Parts: sequence; structure tokens; C-alpha cells
Amino acid sequence: MNPFVYNRAADAADAVRRAAALNAKYLGGGTNLVDLMRETIERPPALVDVTGLSREIAQTPDGGLMIGAATRNTALAEHPLVRERYPLLTRAIVAGASPQIRNMATVGGNLLQRTRCVYFYDDDGARCNKRRPGEGCDAIGGFNRMHAVLGASDACIAVHPSDMCVALAALEAVVHLEGPAGARSLPLTDFHRLPGDRPDLETELAPGELITAVELPPAAVAARSAYRKVRDRASYAFALVSVAAALELEGGLVKDVRLAFGGLAHKPWRAWKAEAALRGNAASADAFAAAADAELADARPRSGNAFKVELARRTLVAVLTDLAGAVA
Amino acid sequence: MSLAEDAKQLVQGAMQGLMGKAVALAPDSWIPGGKPDPLIRHQHGHIGKPVTRIDGPLKVAGAAPFAAEFPLEGMVYAAVVHSVVARGRIAELDVTAAEAAAGVVAVMTWRNAPRLKAPPVFLSDPKAASGDNLPVMQDDEIHWNGQPIALVLAETQEQADHAKSLVRATYHAAPAVTDIEAAKAEGTKPGVFMGQPLHNKIGDAEEALAAAPVAVDATYTTPGHNHNAIELHAVTAYWRDGTLRLHDATQAVSHTAWTMAKMFGIDEKQVVVTSPFVGGGFGGKTLWQHQVLAACASQLTGRPVRLALSRESVYRMVGGRAPTEQRVALGADRDGRLKALIHRGVTPKTATNVMPEPFILPTRSAYASETMLLDVQVVELDMLANTFMRAPGESVGTFALESALDELAHALSMDPIELRLRNEPEKDPTLGLPFSSRHIDEAWRAGSERFGWSRRNRTPGATREGEWLIGVGCATATYPYYRMPGGAARLTLTRDGRASVDIAAHEMGMGTATAQTQVTAERLGLPLEAVTFNYGDSTLPGLVLAGGSQQTASIGASVIAAHRALVKELLKLAGNDSVLAGLDADEVGGHDGGLCKLDDPERCESYASILNRAGRDSVVVEAEPPMPLETQHWSMHSHGAMFCEVRVNTVTGEVRISRFLGSFDCGRILNAKTAASQFRGGIIMGLGLALMEETQFDPRKGRIMNPSLAEYHLPVHMDVPQIDVMWTDIPDPHAPMGAHGVGEIGITGTGAAVANAIFNATGKRIRDLPITLDKLL
Amino acid sequence: MNLTVNGVVAALPDDPRVSLLDLLREQLRLPGAKKGCNQGACGACTVLLDGERILSCLTLAVQCEGRSVTTIEGVGAPGALHPLQQAFLEHDGFQCGYCTPGQICSALAMADEIRRGVPSHVTGDLTAETIALDRDELRERMSGNLCRCGAHNGIVEAILETFADQTEQLEAAE
Repeated sequence: MNPFVYNRAADAADAVRRAAALNAKYLGGGTNLVDLMRETIERPPALVDVTGLSREIAQTPDGGLMIGAATRNTALAEHPLVRERYPLLTRAIVAGASPQIRNMATVGGNLLQRTRCVYFYDDDGARCNKRRPGEGCDAIGGFNRMHAVLGASDACIAVHPSDMCVALAALEAVVHLEGPAGARSLPLTDFHRLPGDRPDLETELAPGELITAVELPPAAVAARSAYRKVRDRASYAFALVSVAAALELEGGLVKDVRLAFGGLAHKPWRAWKAEAALRGNAASADAFAAAADAELADARPRSGNAFKVELARRTLVAVLTDLAGAVA
Repeated sequence: MSLAEDAKQLVQGAMQGLMGKAVALAPDSWIPGGKPDPLIRHQHGHIGKPVTRIDGPLKVAGAAPFAAEFPLEGMVYAAVVHSVVARGRIAELDVTAAEAAAGVVAVMTWRNAPRLKAPPVFLSDPKAASGDNLPVMQDDEIHWNGQPIALVLAETQEQADHAKSLVRATYHAAPAVTDIEAAKAEGTKPGVFMGQPLHNKIGDAEEALAAAPVAVDATYTTPGHNHNAIELHAVTAYWRDGTLRLHDATQAVSHTAWTMAKMFGIDEKQVVVTSPFVGGGFGGKTLWQHQVLAACASQLTGRPVRLALSRESVYRMVGGRAPTEQRVALGADRDGRLKALIHRGVTPKTATNVMPEPFILPTRSAYASETMLLDVQVVELDMLANTFMRAPGESVGTFALESALDELAHALSMDPIELRLRNEPEKDPTLGLPFSSRHIDEAWRAGSERFGWSRRNRTPGATREGEWLIGVGCATATYPYYRMPGGAARLTLTRDGRASVDIAAHEMGMGTATAQTQVTAERLGLPLEAVTFNYGDSTLPGLVLAGGSQQTASIGASVIAAHRALVKELLKLAGNDSVLAGLDADEVGGHDGGLCKLDDPERCESYASILNRAGRDSVVVEAEPPMPLETQHWSMHSHGAMFCEVRVNTVTGEVRISRFLGSFDCGRILNAKTAASQFRGGIIMGLGLALMEETQFDPRKGRIMNPSLAEYHLPVHMDVPQIDVMWTDIPDPHAPMGAHGVGEIGITGTGAAVANAIFNATGKRIRDLPITLDKLL
Repeated sequence: MNLTVNGVVAALPDDPRVSLLDLLREQLRLPGAKKGCNQGACGACTVLLDGERILSCLTLAVQCEGRSVTTIEGVGAPGALHPLQQAFLEHDGFQCGYCTPGQICSALAMADEIRRGVPSHVTGDLTAETIALDRDELRERMSGNLCRCGAHNGIVEAILETFADQTEQLEAAE
């Protein structure tokens, strides 16, 4: 780990000021950043600790929730209103990592997790366009069973490892930011980037910008929702495929639906095409399969991950079938 | 390994072979174990009791000192820089920035490391402990991707770790052989293991296979594995008055001391290795470069050195189990009697070790077959030396063999247990020796009854619960009884009726100290509290590897020898005034705090009385057991019947183990509690082998890509069901205490039991480990 | 710049790179918390921070200013073991003993989480008031603590017995 200066921020404005002055990275629970610093993949000259910032979970006037970025994952998962109104979010959080890590990790930090691609992690032994843009990608042609089948590029086939973000994508969460240029917000689905030819740029965060809160709009559809994660062991493993889904039926027809995939792409993958295929149509097994196919038609598997396409299709259909049964 | 080394091994093997014939033909009474250990008859004493671990309170309180927990005055911390190419030479090695970094005391490279001899590789000498025979940081040559090229020493670990990242190396890379398929295309060579060719041939098996009315013939593959003991390899090294002292985490204290002494050109007594607690070993905690580097660094800096490897460094510096590709072909008549048994294949090793993964070992004594062809071929890669990992050979060999048995049973429409019992051999099929103790039929009978085997649905894919298909499978477990030469023990008996055993043995969680305390207390006729078992120190007597499940026998035989010497000494001291006068050592035993005539328990004298009268505070004896000829006179093995129930998700292919039973025949069980844990532990590692474990070796660069507990999956609590274990408890009359070591057998057969259960659940036969969900979609 | 460890005030390190784990093991000479991966993948370093279980290897010590840490040394010592430690002995919930302090610290906090009603991946009803301490809940909640010796069954039995008893005692007291 490189030497660095440690600072603790009193509030968001203080954090932004300090970060700009020190060219710092923000430190939340440290569950990913400390690991990456130890691997010397991250070498910030300074850290600004933002765990003292807001960890409030408050109702918004429109009936949604505003979640302070320093809220711990466990606190969010166990919050009564989250469990009641956004059960898929609780489900997604408790499907991820371990209880110890969930007690440490913050909501803001969760959004900024970096990929678990083993070639990304091998700082001195492998080529990676994320670490050193332009040098090449050893995951292509290597061990890429865990890697992306949607939205990848020839520069990078890494996947985003978060479970929570998949639920947030389905819930149309809004990310609130504060930076040297002021405050702004953007939809979570626009927050993460696809790799293109700059896989080192993973989010739309401007230099020095800080996540201050994540807002959940009201979502009646989420009352019937699920998160299903498929992984290589029964617990404490990253997703091969995960599905966040919410379904609202009316008279046997899909009134509203939200779908997102984890484990398939460089970002939490909102399944807009599948949703469009379902909305207003009959909630049938055939329709679910057609919706999955619509979303996965663009899938481009690599040498080791072709199974993910079929796995994603099956998982999506099973989740929707369960939800339709529960709704009916 | 050089041709000369191979030839030496073969000559040794041939000598052993000739000796073996003489030993095989000798009368039982000439052989160790020919006369059963008297303890076998002790039915109601300490032996077998579920005694709680005597070191348990320290461990649950975090107070047991492990190797990285010996802080020393003036100690420096070390961090390792690894090569990123598989073969070639270091072109530039710039350590100036690292040397200039805060807190750095020194940077050791091949240029300034003390000059050393190359390490004797394990098996090249009875005391050799090294994982390979490569020189350690002596020149600029690179032999594998991950080889240490520099060691940074600093005042704190943080400073060492940072400075490590400042070392700049470039390489003149040379062509490397890192792809098994490419290496196979260049030709294979015969595997040699412990001096013997890994080859057996009885009749013409291929011809018999072709002629057999029913046959199966398939290829099974297993990936590389890593031990992944949770304790990272660590050592604290320092020199004092010309003696090198190592606080190590090792399964081989005396071997390590001897091997280090050879390298440094000093007497083995000038190396003192202590290892009171080892946080898991499984074959991985032997001598690798880190102990040598720490000792060198201590010499270079004149300060004590702590080298605690990072998890990545463990993967780069400590070998694992090599992958295998195995063909098993079975031919049988319509009654299931084997006409042909072929088990052959290829495994990679390095040119620097003598360890081809010996996957045919279990097959040698498993089944009667009219013809047999067993063969291991080797390719040599430029990689970190592979090594022994829990049940080397048997763990992956039984996956192939026992999967094939299940395939044959299916082809015959026969109960797979019946098929196995029908092919039970009368004597060892390849050696021709009688079995010392083989009650596999009893293990199967008792196990199938407890598991409810007869209630299973024989039709694959026919049992379903919601999304889940349910199936059951079984397999035979087997592991040999070994006892290696070189044991010795010291017994001290004091006038207050206390005794201690001193032996350079190891406690890595097997319960050695507890079980051996029970055994010694029983042998001496003392309460448990009166016996102390001292171990984990190379200055103690004996050369006792904690490996091959042989420690139990090695310690047992050593303590028997020491006990006999003690009894002789006590009888001498007792003299003519004792009620024991006139008796010889074979006629008395320990009982109730003294010696008694074996067939007349009233004729006793207490230890206190004997020592008092002789005016002695204590008696100290030390003795060595006879050579382990029993293993060449009898075919000595443990056995087990493994039963598994799995659930396979029809949507996702996920596999969950819902039930597991191991029914064992391992001689007498010394401690019911710790033995059950050993069995379960082996089975759980077997579940990992079956479902998730894989060392990802990228053949493009010869580099391990998942050197991490996040990406190399071990079973977690949620993967582990309640595991039932049971045992015959039938003593092996020819083994000390009637007991076999039980540390490794649990992993054997488990992979096949899982795979066979998956076949029963789904109708899909997966022959490629690990059985990840994508293979079941 | 202090923190409290097992009730004793200790100074924070000058070097902000020092993890809480290394502060405990190397500077405070409390080696009970173990280093098994130093990357948040094994759970051997689990300690309680203000009563909650966390991974001390991924926690910078400087982040713990003013906070209270409990390590295995603060749970119970030989001769004065905590009932959970005693249950680990009875059920042989360990072999080598290296992951054991982490398992025990983790289990202590887990029992609190269950009492508090924190849901897990296997919790059926997210809105239920109470969560049963059954084997599935326990196995899922302990999955962040790896054990390579394979003592999982004994660990689960030890935890079940300890906290089943405590539940009964609580009920009896009420």
C-alpha cells in the first residue's frame, strides 16, 4: 500500500473541499478500496473518510426513500420500510458478500465497487485495459467464465460485482452527487458506464465528486419483487447471474415490470427490452421466455461464459413465473 | 529431475522391491505388528473415548501461538517480489527505489543473498523436506511464473509491502512449457513415485476389455487444487551463536531442520525448528522457499526476520495438487465380475521434483480383476512444483475409479454396492500380499443400512421436489496405512506418578496431542492428567512427518519402543524385592499407576514405590521402533463406504449436498470426537473437490490466476450439510494400538459419491471436476 | 487519537496504512484475531467494533478513533471461557484452531443480529418480527467465516446449543 494522508470529513462540503485539495479518494467502509490499495491497483495520495457523513434513511415527500451514502449495507437491508416496500433491495443486499462486510460497506461505496476480474487484480502479471488503458486484455482468451456477455467491448469484458446495484437499477434509483462544481443527480442506470474503449472510466463521476445519497422513488411495482442470485457456491460468492425483478399484474396482463441483471455486464444491466416486451402483454411462460430472448439477443459470449446466456434466460423466466404465481 | 536422480530413485526402488519379497515371505512373528499391540485388548480405558482436545482452551481463546505470533526484539518484516514470467533470466532488477523507501532495512536479491546449496527435494532422502531442488535466490534464472526474485525487509510490514511495489524487474523471457496439451504432444514419460514405477500390468487388459460382454471406458479430468490452510505460511527466523532458529508452521520440523542445515552447510543440530501449532497443513506446510529466504535475510541483516506470506505469495511459492487426466475402462461379465481394469493417464509435474500425482494408487488394491493395466505418464512443465495434498493419488484417483464403477453398475443394471462387493479381492491384487485388516463389506453393510440405501430410486432423474432433482450415490473410500522409517520417542516417568512423551511430531488440528496422550496414559496405566505430550520441536527425538496419515502409527510405534525400554528399566530398578521380581518386559504392563503382571493384575507395584525404593526421582528412556516392515508383509489399508444425497436445481444447475454419510473401516479409533472431526474434515474438502475447487493455471503465461480465497472457492458453512460418520472400530491386529491414521481417507471417494449422486438425480454423468452448475444446464 | 480494545485504551498508529488487524496483532500484541487472507475473503480476522462484527483486515485502524473493539481475548480466556467457547470445545467446533477466534466473534455478533431481526439470504418472510435460530439461518449467517479443517458441523452445533440456551434463559427470566 502506498503511503497516503488520512483525513476525516465533517460533512459533504468539507469532504469535497478536502478531496479537491489533496487529490484524494473517498473512503467508505473500505471493503473494496483498502483491498485494492493493498494490491497497489489503487494508489491514492490521500483518503478522505466519509463514513461520518449522512447515514439517514428518510422518507421523501413523494413517498420514496432518501438514503444517506454512508448508510451501511446491513442498516439498509434491515430497515423496515425497505423490507416492506422494496423487498428486492433487501434480498439483493443480503445475497451479497458476508455479514461482516455488509456491516462495514456503505451504500455509496457499493456503487463504486470495482470488478473482480482476476486479470484486473493481477497488477504486475497480467494485461488489463482498466489498469493501463491500451495495453490489452488478458481476460479475453483467458479465464472468463465470470465475465460479461452483454455490453462488453474488445477492450474489456469485466463485470460489475454488486448485487445491491442490480436492485437499485430495477428500482430506478437516483444517485445524488456533490462536487467542486456543485450538486447534481443522475439515474443509477446512467451512473455506471459500459467499457467501450475506456474501461478505466467506470462511472460518470467527475473528478472529486462525492456520492451523498441514493434516492428510491416510490415504486408500487416493488411490492411484489424478488432477487435471485446464482453463484458457484451456496453463499459468499459473486454472482454468475442475478436477476432483480418486480411485477405488477392487472387482469392477467403485465401492468408494470422492472427487470435487471447482475453478473452479465460492466454495469448493473437494466433489461429495458425485456420489460418493453412484457408491458401490457399476458403474463405467460411463453411471454417471459420471449422477453428474456429479446434482452439476450445481443449477448456476445466469450470462450468460457456461453452458459451465462442460457442461465440468465432460465433464471429470468423462473423469477417471473414465481412472481406471477405470487401475484395471481 | 535429472536422469541421474531418476536412476537413483529406480535403483532405490528396485532394492526396496527385492527387500520387499523377502519381507513378504518372512513369518509374521519376525515382522513389527506380528505380535498384536497389547493395548488392542484394553476395552474400557482411555482409548476410543471422545476426550475433548487438550489444547482446545488455548485455541478457542486465541491464545495458541502460531508461527507468525512470535514477536522478537529488533525483528524486521519481509515481503516477497515474484517473477511474472515462467522461464528466462532477470534482465534488470532495480531495487534502488525500494532501498530508499522509508523503513527499508535491506532488499535481498540473488546478488546479495548468502550462498547456499540447493535443497534436497522431498523423497530424495528420508530427511529431505523441500518441495523442489531448485537453488533459492542464487542466480538470475527464472524457473516458474511466481518465483521469488527479491525479498524486501523493513521495520514494519506496511513499509515492506510498499517497498516491494517499488522493485522494478525486466526479463529475458525464454520459451516455456506451460501448456499440458502442448507438452503431451511432445511425448510423455513414465511416472515414478517413491522409487517405484507407477505402472502395474496383469495379463492383457485391453484385449480382455474388448472381449468383455459389458464395458465402460471414459476419461475423467481433475483440475489443480491448493491446500488453502487458513493460516498463511509464516516463519520467524533468527541466528544465535551459529544456530538458526525457526518458528515455523510445518508438518515436518526435523525434516526442515536437516534440509536447512544441508543448504547452509551446517550440522542439523544447528537448526532448531519449533512449530507448536499449525493452522492447517494438508500437505502444504512443508519446506518451501520462504523459510530459506527468511533465514538468509536474517543472516544478511543480522536481525530476526518475520516472513508471513500473503495469500497470493502462498499460491506463487507453495505448490498444490497437479491436475490429472485419467482413463478408466472396466470390462465385466454379465454378473459384474471384472475381466479388465484399466486406469491410466497423464499428469504434469516439474523437472525439479519427484512427485507425479499418483492417481492409480487406490486402484492397486481395490478390486479383483482378471487383467489390469495401471499407468501414470508424466509431462514436465515450467511451473511451481506440484506437491502432496490430502490423499495424493487417492483423492482424485478414486473420483475416476469410483465414477467408473458406478457407470458399470448402471450398464449392468446392478446395485453399485453389490458390484463392488462382488469384486472384493481375497488378497492384494497387485502385490499378492494378504490384507492386514479389511472389513469393507461391514462398512458397506452398516452404512447402507444407516443411509437407507435400499429405499433409493434407482432410476436417474426420477425424483423431484419443486425445482430440485434429488439423487443418491455411493463410492468406496480408501487410503493406505503408512509408517515411515525414523520414529523415536523419549519417555520420562517421575516419582509423583507423572509421565511425559517427547517426540518431534506435529499438531495441525488432527488431535494428535490429545489422542496420543490417551494412548500413552493407557499404556502406562495413568490418568490423562498425569501425561504430558511434548511435540513440535526438532530437538525432540524422532523423524515424524505429519503426512500420509502416518503420524499415528509412527508415534504409536515409537512410544511402544520407548515404553518397552521403560518397563525394562523399571523392572531392573524394582529388583528382587519387588513383587514383580523375575518377570520380563513382555509379562508386565502399566496399570493403575504402576506395573502389573499382565495375567495377574493383583501382582503390582506402583511407579512411585519402584522409584522410591531405587532412590530415583525419574526414569528417562529413549528408543526407536523397528523399521516399518509390516507394510511390506501385509497389504495395509483403510476403507470407507461413502453415501451422498444431492439436490440439483433444474433451472440453474446449482448443486446442494443434502446428506452425506461416511462409514469407515480404519482400525481402532483412538478418540471418537477428534476422529469424527477428521473424517468430516476430509469429506468436506472432498465436497469442495467435487463441486467448486480449481486452481486456475493460465497456460498462456504459466500463471495461477486465482491466488485468492475470494476466487478459489472453498466450501462455506452453507455448502456443508450435517455429515454423518460411523466406523467399524475393528482393530488392525498388525498396527500399533490397532489403529490407522484417519486424516486423509475422508477426501477419498467423496468426489465420486457426489458425481454418482448427481447422475442418479439428473441422468447426467459429469466426468470433469469441479462439477459447476454450467455443466448441468 | 485513541480507541478502546477489550476495555483498555490504546493509541492509534501513526501510519494510516496500518489495518485494525495489524494494530491488534503487531502493536497491541493481541494475536487472537487471525490473518488468513488479508483481503476480506476468509473471516478469520473478525472482531467486534462497537458490538458489530467486522473484518479487521479491511478496516484501517485510524478509522476506529473513539470506538470500542472486542477481540477473542476480550471474550474469554482459558480458565474463564465464554459459554460459546466452552461449547466449541464440547462440540469439537475446530481442529487447527486458526479460524476459531473469528468464528466465535462472528457467532457472538450473529446472535445479536438475529435477536435484532436482521434478515438473511435464507429468511423466508422479510416482515416477520422474529427470526428463528435454525441451522439454515446459522449456516448462511456464518458463511463469511471459512474453515478449511472442516469443523463446520461442530461450529453450528456449538452455536445452536449456546444460543438456544440463552433464548430459553431469556424467556424464563421474562
